[in-house]
Amino acid sequence: MLDTFIQFYSDQYIYIWLLIFTIILGFEIISKVPSVLHTPLMSGANAISGIVILGAIILIRQSASDDYISLGLGALGIALGMTNVVGGFAVTNRMLEMFKKKKTDKTN
Amino acid sequence: MHITEFTIVNLLYLVAALAFIIGLRRLSSPDTARKGNLLAAFGMGLAIIVTLFSPIFDAQNTMIATENNYLWIAGGLVVGSLFGWRAAMKIAMTAMPQMVSVFNGLGGACAVLLGIIEVIKSYNGDQAMAVAQWVIVLFAILVGAVSFSGSMLAFAKLDGRVDDRKVTFKGHGTVNNILLVLVVVTGVLWIVMLPEYRVVFAIVFIVLSLIYGYSFVAPIGGADMPVVISLLNSFTGLTAAAAGLIYGSQIMLLGGILVGASGTILTILMCEAMNRSLLNVIIGQFGGGGAAAGGKDGEQVAKEITISDAAILLFYSQSVVFVPGYGLAVAQAQKDCKELADQLEKNGVDVKYAIHPVAGRMPGHMNVLLAEADVPYPKLIDEQTANDAMADTDVVVVVGANDVVNPAALDDPSSPIYGMPVIEAWKAKNVIVMKRSMSAGYAGIQNQLFFHERNKMLFGDAKDSMQKLIQEVKTL
Repeated sequence: MLDTFIQFYSDQYIYIWLLIFTIILGFEIISKVPSVLHTPLMSGANAISGIVILGAIILIRQSASDDYISLGLGALGIALGMTNVVGGFAVTNRMLEMFKKKKTDKTN
Repeated sequence: MHITEFTIVNLLYLVAALAFIIGLRRLSSPDTARKGNLLAAFGMGLAIIVTLFSPIFDAQNTMIATENNYLWIAGGLVVGSLFGWRAAMKIAMTAMPQMVSVFNGLGGACAVLLGIIEVIKSYNGDQAMAVAQWVIVLFAILVGAVSFSGSMLAFAKLDGRVDDRKVTFKGHGTVNNILLVLVVVTGVLWIVMLPEYRVVFAIVFIVLSLIYGYSFVAPIGGADMPVVISLLNSFTGLTAAAAGLIYGSQIMLLGGILVGASGTILTILMCEAMNRSLLNVIIGQFGGGGAAAGGKDGEQVAKEITISDAAILLFYSQSVVFVPGYGLAVAQAQKDCKELADQLEKNGVDVKYAIHPVAGRMPGHMNVLLAEADVPYPKLIDEQTANDAMADTDVVVVVGANDVVNPAALDDPSSPIYGMPVIEAWKAKNVIVMKRSMSAGYAGIQNQLFFHERNKMLFGDAKDSMQKLIQEVKTL
């Protein structure tokens, strides 16, 4: 059992390190946010979670060109993921543009 | 030679990862937020382009021959971009929470599809998977499916297509726990079963995961809705991270975990704003618990105020504080509210907007709406600042808010919102509550503020009432 664990760790240690440090980083980045920005931040983070689309791209690129199930489902996955990515960033930008407009009002 | 290409690809992914991290960092500060979002979008664009054209490497960093199938990829990218762009541009600011929920669900659906394809491939004998890999695939499917069906129900609830009370029942929490156990058992059976039975368990597992997502969100309602969207958002991050492990992609792992961790923190921050624990929110059933609290409504009568009386009261005040809530969003009354404030300011009235952290259906929802109506940033104050100045405030106008101004949060331990910080409107010299009817708030509990001696009700649609008030004030 211990051997398996040690083996797993030595095989995957880069991923384990990455996992731990990214979790801490994620906590630290968000810990101080004014509530004004909660919605845009959630929306922006949501767009980043569309990164799952990379998996669909890799999958289609590696599939045989007559494997229509993989290609079809993969293309559908890309369409869904891309909606998340483009829509997410665009909607966040729209929200934040309003804050920008408001800030210029303040200086006037 | 291959190592060189590997290094270039890897460095480009590193740039994308940095763009995500710095972008998120900048998104959390008002001055840099817009650039932060663009930077994160740049990181995503770079990651997609690199993934499209880079050579693909196996575990030993040697290149794998690929057939690419670019036509299929391009089709998906174009369709998704058009849909996403159109939806983002057309959606009204008031419907933003629903939109984010839908986008989030689509990300989850993408992960589920990936999981399904991996499963099909392994059954066709194209690839053998170790137990560890199976666990990751199942995790991606489970969390992705929960995120998808949960987000879709959250969308339907926020959009008013589904009534909170119709999708939940007594003991729903127990049923959910049983469902979760069933999902896990099916997952384990799927892995240990002989290949010929695996298809059945795979289908059952996916269906159960989808049902669990729906059932997970069903009992959650009221003021807890923002929390659940944030939680589902971090779920999508986790499923993206799991997919990153399947495809050996560090950038997917990093992006996914970053969203998973930051989403979790955001969720906890929101729970803290309501003085509730995350567990409490999840097993919630917000509406049901509060029914008993409204026992004494019958004896009490709320006083009404006419438009002209309200206009006079506002016009000759020193200080007015608006407390906006979801009703403002529903009535699309933010611009009229701003116009009324402008009219009052012409007469030297000091107008402020008190924003409760969970007002509306998402944190910051009200800030976005008021920003859309060009309300200057310094006029927005938080609930603490508003409460400190409350005794010196002449009139508090509650526009479509309810639970965030409910005194039961302070003095009624039996109330489901007991302990939540609220805007203490009743401490002001006068209170006007603009509301459609005497019905209970989204949390389903009665509000004693309506019967307070210093409170008067102004019934009607918020936009309509605002416009009448503007007309009335102009004649003064």
